[in-house]
Amino acid sequence: MDRNNVLIDIKRVSKSFPGVLALDQVDFRLRRGEVHGLMGENGAGKSTLIKVLTGLYQRDDGEILFEGEPFSLSSPQEAAVHGLSTLYQEINLIPALSVAENIYIGREPMRLGRIDWKQINGDARQAIRRLDLDIDVTQPVSSYSVAIQQLVAITRSLEISAKVLILDEPTSSLDLAEVAQLFKVIRKLKEDGIGILFVTHFIDQVYEITDRITVLRNGAFIGEYETNKLPRIELIAHMLGKDPETFSLEQTAEKTKQEKAKAGQTLLEVKQLERKGSMTAFDLAINKGEVLGLAGLLGSGRTETARLLFGIDRSTGGSIRLEGEETVISSPRKAISHLFAFCPENRKEEGIIEDLTVRENIILALQARQGIFRPLSGRRQSEIAEKYIELLDIKTPSDSQAVKNLSGGNQQKVIIARWLATEPRFLILDEPTRGIDVGAKAEIQKLILGLSEDGLAILFISSELEEVIACCDRIAVLRDRKILSELSGEAKEEATIMQVIASKDVNP
Amino acid sequence: MKLRLNQKNIPLLATIAVFLLIYLAGSVLYSNFFSLRVFVNLFIDNAFVGVIAIGMTFVIISGGIDLSVGSVVAFIGVLAAKMMHDFGVHPLLAFSICLGLGAMFGMIMGSLIHFFELPPFLVTLVGMFLARGLAFLVSLNAIPIKHPAVNAIIDFGIPLGFRAWLPATAMIFIAVTLVGIYLQHFTRFGRNTYAIGSSEQSAILMGLPVGRTKILVYTFNGLLSALAGVVYSLYTSSGYPLACVGLELDVIAAVVIGGTLLSGGSGYVAGTLIGVLILGLIQTFITFQGTLSSWWTKIVIGVLLFIFILLQRYLSKAGAGK
Repeated sequence: MDRNNVLIDIKRVSKSFPGVLALDQVDFRLRRGEVHGLMGENGAGKSTLIKVLTGLYQRDDGEILFEGEPFSLSSPQEAAVHGLSTLYQEINLIPALSVAENIYIGREPMRLGRIDWKQINGDARQAIRRLDLDIDVTQPVSSYSVAIQQLVAITRSLEISAKVLILDEPTSSLDLAEVAQLFKVIRKLKEDGIGILFVTHFIDQVYEITDRITVLRNGAFIGEYETNKLPRIELIAHMLGKDPETFSLEQTAEKTKQEKAKAGQTLLEVKQLERKGSMTAFDLAINKGEVLGLAGLLGSGRTETARLLFGIDRSTGGSIRLEGEETVISSPRKAISHLFAFCPENRKEEGIIEDLTVRENIILALQARQGIFRPLSGRRQSEIAEKYIELLDIKTPSDSQAVKNLSGGNQQKVIIARWLATEPRFLILDEPTRGIDVGAKAEIQKLILGLSEDGLAILFISSELEEVIACCDRIAVLRDRKILSELSGEAKEEATIMQVIASKDVNP
Repeated sequence: MKLRLNQKNIPLLATIAVFLLIYLAGSVLYSNFFSLRVFVNLFIDNAFVGVIAIGMTFVIISGGIDLSVGSVVAFIGVLAAKMMHDFGVHPLLAFSICLGLGAMFGMIMGSLIHFFELPPFLVTLVGMFLARGLAFLVSLNAIPIKHPAVNAIIDFGIPLGFRAWLPATAMIFIAVTLVGIYLQHFTRFGRNTYAIGSSEQSAILMGLPVGRTKILVYTFNGLLSALAGVVYSLYTSSGYPLACVGLELDVIAAVVIGGTLLSGGSGYVAGTLIGVLILGLIQTFITFQGTLSSWWTKIVIGVLLFIFILLQRYLSKAGAGK
C-alpha cells in the first residue's frame, strides 16, 4: 500500500470513561479518495472514535497521524483548520440565514471593512454548482429539503478546504432519491481525492458506497476489510460477535419460509402499513396469547414499527384491523382506548417519573385513561399497586417508595406494571431488558411468557437475539426500515436471523 | 440584487403598511398632521426610545431579552445630573463616564448570561431592579440640569425649513440607526447575532464566536441604554429616578411591531425604526384627536402587538410546515 495515500492513521487509540472502556486500542486508517465505512452496534465505540478524532474528546493512549504527522486537537474548532469536517445526522446550519451565508458565515469575504455580499453570493453559486446542484443561494436554508441542506453543509465543509469528510449517519432522514443524490456527490468528492468516513446503520448503503469497512465491537477493533471481499454474512457476524462458521448458507433457505401462525384468534392485523421516510410498507399479524418478536440491528426500524402501531407516529398508508374491524390509530390516546400499552425503549426519559412513588407510577396510565375527574380512591390505588408489586415481584420496601431509589430492573417492572394495570389486550415492550442485570432479565422474560399464556398479545423488541428467540413465538426480522421475513418454530435460530439480515434480495 | 417577496420580509412589509396606513388616516382626518414638523417631531419625541430599540433589536435577534433598559435610562439620567449639578463635573466628561458605565453594566449581564448559562430574562430582571435602586441611591428627587455646555447641545440643531428643526437628540437617534444597520448587515458581529438566535447549537458547531458575540450584544445594548439616558436627560433637562418605568416593555413592543421575531434569528434594524415611529405616530394621532385619553395609546399598541404576534406565529408555523 502506498504510504503517501494515507490521510489519517489512528494507531492503538484508547479512551475510557468512568467505569467504561469506550475504545480499546482501536486502529483505523483512512486513505485519500476512499469511502470508508465504520460499522458497529450500539456501544461499539463509533461515535467515541469520531469524537476523539475531531477533538471533542481527548484520547488516553495511542497515536493519531494526519498525513504522516502526529496530530492532536484540543477542540472541534481546530479540526476545520486541518481540513477535517464532520457532518452529523442533525444538520448544523443556521435555518434563518441564506444558503450562501451558511456556506461562508464566520469567514465572510470583507471589502473596505464590510462584508462583500456580491462575492459571497457569487462564490456560493459556483460552489453549489460544483455539486451539480441548482438552487437560489440567496434563499434561507430552511426553505429547502433536508437533503439539500445536507449538501449545503457539505459545500460549507468543502469551502473550508476539507481533506477529510466525516459523515455520521447522514442518510437516516433521507428518502431513496435523496440518498442517491448524496451518493452522487460522495462519489464525486472521492474522485477529487477526499477521504470520507461514513457511518451508517444501513447495510445496503454500506455495500453501495464504501470501499473499505472497519468494524468495531464493544470498543474493540475487530478488523478492516475491503467491502467487495467481505460477504454480508461475515460483516453481520463481526458486528454481533458471532462466528460465521457456525451457520451455513444452505440450511436457511428452507427455514425462512413462514410457518402457519400458532392457533389462536388474530388480534391485530396490519396491511401495508407505512410511513414515508421512516418505515417501508409492511404486513404484520399478532394473535391473542402470542409473543411476536422484532429482531434486527439498531436503526432497522423496530422502534419505528412500534411507534406506528401505538399511534405515536402517523402512518402515511395502509390499514390496521383490530379483531377484524378496520381501526384508525391516530394517537397514543386512541391506542390506549383500544387497550394497547407501550413500554418505551428509554425508560429514564420516556417512562419512569423518578420522583413519584412506586404506587403513583403504577396507577399513572390507568388514571390517565379514566380521566382526571374520576380519581382512583387511595384504597383502590394501594390495592392495585400491591397486586402488581406482588405479581411482578417488584423489590421495594413499600409502595410509597420513590421510584428513583429502585434498581433498573425493578424500575422496568414498575413500568410494565403501570401498563398491566390498564389490563391491556396488546402490550408493546421496546427493549424491556436493556441495562438491567442478568437475574432481572430472566425474571422479566419469564413474566412475558406468563402474560402471554393469560391471553395477552405482546410485541417484543430486543437487540439480544438469544432473548428474542427464547421469548417469542414468531420473529419478524427487519433491516433498513423494512420487514424482511418472519420466522417461527424451528427456524427461530440466531444463525437464521443473521442470514436474513445479511441477505441481499429477500422479498418482504 | 433583486428584491423578492421573501417570507421573512413579510413582517417588515406589514410594519411599513401599518405605518403608512396610520399616517394616511391622520393626514386625511386632521389638518397639519401631514407636515414636516410633525414628522420630525416623531424623531425628537421618540429619540430615547429609538436608541434603545436599536440595541434591543440586536438582543432579541440573538435570542435574548433585556429588561433593564428603562431603569438604566433613569439611573444614567440621575447620575449625569448629580455629577453636573452637585459636583460640577463638565457635561462631556459626565456623559462619557455614563456611557462607559452603561457598557460595563451590559457587559456584566452578558457575561453572567454566557458564562453561567443563566436565562437572559432573569439576569436582566436583576439588572432592572439593581439599576432602579441605584438611581434612588443617587437621588430621591429630580435634579435639574443647567450648564452652558448642555444648553449649547440642546440648542444645537439643523433647521430643515417649514418651521422644522432637527435637534442633536434626533440626530443621535438617526446616527444610531445608521450604525445599527451597518453593524447588522455588513459586519461579522451582526451576522453572528442572527446565527446565534436562529440556532445556537449550530453556531457553536460552525465555530462561530458565540460567547464573545453574546457578551458584545448586551454590552452594545447597555451602551445604547446609557446613550438613551443621556438623550432623555437632554430632552427633559433633568434627571429623575422614577423616569421611564416600564420603558423596556414599550421598547420590546416597538421591536416586535418592527417585524423582529421574539424567538430570535430574524428581524431588521430598519424595521425597528419604523416600529418606533409607529408608536410615536399613534401618540400623535391621539393628541390630534384631542378628546381621547392618552391611555388609548396603550390600548392601540396592545392591539397592534397582538396582531403582529399572531402574524409571526402564523409565519413560523408556515415555515415549519415545509
